[in-house]
Amino acid sequence: MKRFWLWVPFVLFVAIMAVFARGLISPTDRAVASAMVGKPMPQIALAGALDPAQMVGTQYFKDGKPRLLNVFASWCIPCVAEVPVLMQMQAQGVEITGIAIHDTTPDLQKFLSANGNPYSRIGLDANSRAQIAFGSAGVPETFVVDGNGVIRHQHIGVITPNDVPIILAKLKAAQ
Amino acid sequence: MKRTALLALAAFALAPASSFAQSGYNDVALPNPQQEAQAKALMETIRCVVCQGQSIADSNADLAADMRGMIRERIGKGESAESVRAWLIEHYGDWVSFKPTLKGSSAPLWLLPLFAFLIGAFLMRGRFKRKEG
Repeated sequence: MKRFWLWVPFVLFVAIMAVFARGLISPTDRAVASAMVGKPMPQIALAGALDPAQMVGTQYFKDGKPRLLNVFASWCIPCVAEVPVLMQMQAQGVEITGIAIHDTTPDLQKFLSANGNPYSRIGLDANSRAQIAFGSAGVPETFVVDGNGVIRHQHIGVITPNDVPIILAKLKAAQ
Repeated sequence: MKRTALLALAAFALAPASSFAQSGYNDVALPNPQQEAQAKALMETIRCVVCQGQSIADSNADLAADMRGMIRERIGKGESAESVRAWLIEHYGDWVSFKPTLKGSSAPLWLLPLFAFLIGAFLMRGRFKRKEG
């Protein structure tokens, strides 16, 4: 019995070191996931960036068609990288709505003419209120919103060609 | 020539101020000092989603500034600080608040000190016994 107790501190030490090693070898994902997935999208009413009349509001998402909602900005460098992928998805019939954070119409026009425009509409989110309401922590981020305006999926970071099948499957599931 | 250069310089200096003037209002104190104190206290316990580990009161991230602005706006309209916190937790998850709450998953954290105390009391009891004997 005494021998057993002698080993306890050693076993505890090994266990604690194993936890530390695990944290070092595969650090946990630090991305902040939105808690809005599975919930109806928040109430938003953003002025259209390219045409003020083309507002991006909650009602716009409730027309029965699942959409991608892409949170981006013209000043965001990684956002440039995903535009070709978004263009490709748009060519396949995917509806993409943009929310531009801290942006201006002239800057967006420059961004779109340089990289292409995969968006059916873009809303201006000058003070990040819509971004915060979506539980989004940065740009770029993309949400799958179903035809009833319920958020079905969140993709954090740039959409690479490898992510496309997952996103298309989520869109299909949202139908 | 000199004049155009000066004008260009003036335009350069003023341009950022005019297009992003709105973000400057995030850090203007509320006129009601009591509400401002409530907003400040809340900001210190809301975690910045960009510079994780900092509170939004300490972070220089744009998103943190906009969150400060949103908190001031809502508290200025008479909403309670705890209701704004609940709203943020609803949108970003428990993670966003530095103020721990007692619920199923966090119960061990709250109960651990009690267990430590009980174990300590048990060990002490042994000690006292030996002395008496």
